[in-house]
Formats: sequence, structure tokens, C-alpha cells
Amino acid sequence: MTPLNYFVVLSAVLFVIGVAGVLLRRNVIVMFMSIELMLNAVNLAFVAFGRQLGNAEGQVIVFFAITVAAAEAAVGLGIIIAVFRNRMTLNADELKLLRW
Amino acid sequence: MQAWLDSLIARGAFGPHPSPDLIYGAAIAIACALVLFLVAVPFASIVTWVERRVWARIQSRIGPNRVGPNGFLQWLADGFKHICKEDVVPAEADAPLFRLAPYLVVLAFILPWAVMPFASSLILADLNIGILYITAVPALTVIGILMAGWASNNKWSLIGGIRSAAQIISYEIPAGLAIFPVVLMTGTLSMQGIIRAQGWAPDRWFLFANPFCFVAAVILFISGLAENNRTPFDLPEAESELVAGFATEYSSMRYLFFFMAEWGNMFIAAAIVVTLFLGGWQFPAIVQSPRLMNLLQLATFMLKCLFLVFVSMWIRGTLPRVRIDQMMSLCWKYFVPISFINLLGTAVWVAIFPDGNRFTQWLMLSFGVAVVLLFLARVVAFTRRARMELYFHPTI
Amino acid sequence: MPLWLFAFFAIIAVVSALGVILQRHPVHCLLALALALLDIGALFIGLGAEALGFLQIIIYVGAIMVLFLFVIWLLNLQREGLATERIGLKVIGTLAAAALGAELCALLVHAGPAPAAPLPVDYGSLRSLARLLFANYLVAFEVTSALLLAAMVGAIGLARRIPGTNAVAAPPSDVADRLRSAAG
Repeated sequence: MTPLNYFVVLSAVLFVIGVAGVLLRRNVIVMFMSIELMLNAVNLAFVAFGRQLGNAEGQVIVFFAITVAAAEAAVGLGIIIAVFRNRMTLNADELKLLRW
Repeated sequence: MQAWLDSLIARGAFGPHPSPDLIYGAAIAIACALVLFLVAVPFASIVTWVERRVWARIQSRIGPNRVGPNGFLQWLADGFKHICKEDVVPAEADAPLFRLAPYLVVLAFILPWAVMPFASSLILADLNIGILYITAVPALTVIGILMAGWASNNKWSLIGGIRSAAQIISYEIPAGLAIFPVVLMTGTLSMQGIIRAQGWAPDRWFLFANPFCFVAAVILFISGLAENNRTPFDLPEAESELVAGFATEYSSMRYLFFFMAEWGNMFIAAAIVVTLFLGGWQFPAIVQSPRLMNLLQLATFMLKCLFLVFVSMWIRGTLPRVRIDQMMSLCWKYFVPISFINLLGTAVWVAIFPDGNRFTQWLMLSFGVAVVLLFLARVVAFTRRARMELYFHPTI
Repeated sequence: MPLWLFAFFAIIAVVSALGVILQRHPVHCLLALALALLDIGALFIGLGAEALGFLQIIIYVGAIMVLFLFVIWLLNLQREGLATERIGLKVIGTLAAAALGAELCALLVHAGPAPAAPLPVDYGSLRSLARLLFANYLVAFEVTSALLLAAMVGAIGLARRIPGTNAVAAPPSDVADRLRSAAG
């Protein structure tokens, strides 16, 4: 059996990779993907902790996180389409105006 | 098999300090691979021959009849022809993804066979969430088809890929919702559990359990056609508009992989309907020997599945292709709301009749029999009136 | 989950996560992400959360990833040039991510292994999940449905074109130039 600590460490590694993606990449859609990666890293930690505690509440939280991620993806991608239609770019450095 | 492996381990065939788990795992993996390649792949290929013969009859042709008896070996000839062709990767294509995509599609076709309940003790893995597993697999098909469409770097492929993905994702929703009335009634997600809750006689099938289940079965079957890009929902391929859609740039084995997966998926869609609604392998216990019983059950299951596969060939030979907007509105405006009503209706039904209602079952069964008899009578009447010189000989 | 299986999935997860942030083409990034999410689903199953693992695969890989892919194609995104990031940001970003990683590692090294509680018989089954979901978390569940509806309305409203125009409002001059060059 794998110790549950390993899962938490893996989750931390994935989270850091996601943070690095948000900080390093300037393409809004790739940044958004990195955020999804971070969400999933946290989900993994939730499931691991839930198993450690022996109850299913960790899984319920992950269920809600997945639902919220679906809503977030829909709205986020809608925003990305609207921004691209107005600015013709997805480079985060060029999207610096609050209104235009 | 475990005993045989244990004796091998005891004799030291795997070295002095073997780990039994690893050996069992490897043995199961090898057995699965053998079964899949000895059953699934030839099955999907032979279906191509059957389908071509059936279409030919529907269109008053003869169909392939040259290779082997009645053209039975046509599938082998086709396979060899495809293997011998050049495997072209277009210069502008994204080569790694282009090469990978057919394997993903084939993987998605092979995965569901692991939970196919062929007989009461003939199942690779009776997962307690078997139905959910089967529902999760189309996700891989979508990714594979999208990859194929995009990596080909071709307008038609891309349109075909997008259409296919939109279609599969849309029809996954009514298909998923159509599964749940049965889950609601049985309280289990395991394929064997669902079959065990039914009986061998048609009045004990979930198809006739209540009106909502009947509608759910029809929705599930049509969604299965749509998820596998079958006519009348074959817009992603649409040979006459999109030149085979996502498969345009493919040749040789990779092209064959897509079509093998398509024909194999047809069987899987039929098997899901049979498991959930048509009683699966249930067969009256007329013999004592469990081995013989399993064989009879296997035959029952296969016959039911092949009948549904035949129906889908029949539909393909008969119906024209729908437009993309018609297909989408059929899914979102009709199937999804009807599936929700089904789910609600079944919930109410289960609350009122926890053990099912015999009267409704008999009523629905007799109604179904009446419809089939009416259909046969009309076929006979039309045949007489048209004085068609039908040549019913099956093996020309 | 045996250790070798965990190692296998962990390596795939880390490699594909790196693929998300290191590749230049958005479609390649997305496919790497899909692999990572599929892999996390497999890890869920390995942790005993079978129903959740398959839900993860159905929802994330089957739906959300395809949504991303559609948007990438809709916007016709191509391979990025190498000069999209500024070098200062790159250095600071790498340092910040490394600092976060170091902090998490330091925390986790000091956290000793907790005693594992015994698992209930039907741990991870849809039944146990549903019992919690529809009893203890019923309000949250209902609120989630409202959230999904709001998200759907919001997404359609955001992505909708105003009939007859290409843009939502009159674009500023630099964007108008870019629009013109894109059109001609």
C-alpha cells in the first residue's frame, strides 16, 4: 500500500506546477488551464485526506469542486471569447485596461 | 487459472522470490489481451461483412460474395488490403497526434468489453459501478476523434471532428439519463446486478416494467446510434459532404482502426441496451450443468445483441441522414427533457409500486407483441401487393 | 493502491502537468491537461473513490476539456512565439513558484504520518456519496444547481454576438487596426 502522504506530496507538486503555469505563461487560455490543474491538485489532496479520516466527506467536497469548476470553465471561456472578440489577443500583458 | 498459476509459482517458474499479486495481474492482463484480440477484433471485422450483405439485400443488390463461402472471408481480405497500403502522414499534419489518435479510439472501443456481462459467470470484471464505467469511456473516443480531426490539418477533418465531438457529448446526456431509471429500480450500478434483477421471460424485462422504461430504452438505443456516428446521425463522416470527415487523411491500418471501433461500438451500444432493458443473459434454468448453462446464456445474450445490431444496420440502410441542426434539436429539445420526465416518472412509479406492477407489464408486453404482429402483417401485405420478385435465398 | 502503480500514475501526472505549462501550442497544452486529469481520475479510483474517479473522467475529460478545445478552435489560436513572456516576469515567476514548492515541502516533511481511520465497507460507492450529498449537504447541492444555471446564462450572454456587429462595442483604434488586418 502507498502511504497517503505520497498522494499529498503529489498533490503539492501538481499545485506548484499549476502556480508556475499561471505565473509564467501569458496566454490567458493556458493560464486558465493551469488554474484547472491547481483545482485538481487540491481535489486529489481532499480525496487523500478523506480516505485518511475514513469518511466520504472529502469526496463530497470534490464533487462540489468539480461542479464549480464546470461552471467556472463555462463562464471563464465565455469571458475569453468576449475579450478575444474585442481585443484580438489573448496575451495577458496586453489586457491591461479596465474598460475600453 | 489461479490454481495453475500457484502451481507454477510453487515450481519456481518465476524465480525464487515471486510476488503473487504481480503475477496474477500480469496473467489477467495477458488473458484480457488474448480474449479481446480473439473475440472483439474479429467480431468487429465480421460485422462489416454482415453489414454489407444486409445493406445489399435492403438495396436489392447481392453484396460481397466472392471471398470464401458467401463472401464470409471478405473481412480478412479487407484487413490485408488495408495493412498492405501505405501509411500516409500528411506533410502539414501534426504527426505525433495524428499517429496517436486511432489508438485512443480503439482503446475506447476495447475498454467496455471488460464489463460486458456475457453470461452469469462469464464477465471479465463485475465492477460495482460497471454502468458508470461504460458511460465514462466515450470521453476517450471524443478526445481521440478531436485529435484525429485537428491533427489532420484539413478543413473537412476539423469540421467532422467538431461535429462528432458535439454529437457525442450532447447524446451522452440523454444516454446517461436513460440509464438511471433502471438504476433507480434496481439500486445497483453493476451490470450483473441489473441483469439478475430481471427475468428470462419478456414480461420481466425492464423494457416492459413501466411506460417510462420503454421510452428510456428507445432513447438509449437512438443515443447509442448517435454516439457511434451511425446513420441517420453519421454527420461526422458524411461521405458525400465531408469526404469521411475526421478520417479523410487516414489510410492503411489507421483508417481501419476507426472503422473497426465504429462497428465494435455498435455491438457495445446494443449490449448496453440488452443488459439494461432486454434481460441480458437471462435464460430459463433447464439444465443443471453450470458450464452448459453459461453457454446457453452466452448464446441468448449474443442473439439479443446481434438482433439490435441488425436493427441498426436496417436503420442505416433505410433512413436518410439528418441535418446537424435537426440532430442537435432532437437531442436538446426532445431527448433531454423527455429523459428528465422519465427519471421523475420512474421515481414516482417505484414509490407507488416498489415491486413492480404485473398488470402494466402484461399490458405493455401484449401491446409490444401486437405492434410486431401488425408490422409483420403489413410486410406480408405489401409484398403481395407489389408482387415483388423477392429472392429470399439467404446465401447467394 | 500498490506503490509501483502509484509511482506510474504519479510520473504520468507530473510529466503531463509539466507538458501543460511548457508546450507552446495551446492544443498540445490542452491534451497534456486532459491526460493529467484522466490520471488524477485514476488516482481517485486507486484511493478507493471509484464513483468519484469515473465522474471526474466523465465531467472533466469528456466535457470541460472538449469545451476548452472548442474555444481554442473558435479563436483559431496558433503556436505562440517565444517572446510572449518578459524575462523579468519569468525569473520572478519561477522564483515564486519555487518558493511555494519549498514551503509546501517543508510543511509536508514536518507533518508526521497520521493514523489512518478504518474505512467503512461501502467506502467510495455511489451510495455512500449520495447519502451524504442528499442528507447533510442538500442545501449546498441545491445551490450548486442554481450556480450551474447562472453559469449557463452567463456564458451564453458573454459569448453571444450582438446581431449585426462583430464586436460588443466600438473598438479602440489599435484594436480596429488589428481587426482590419485580420479581416483583409
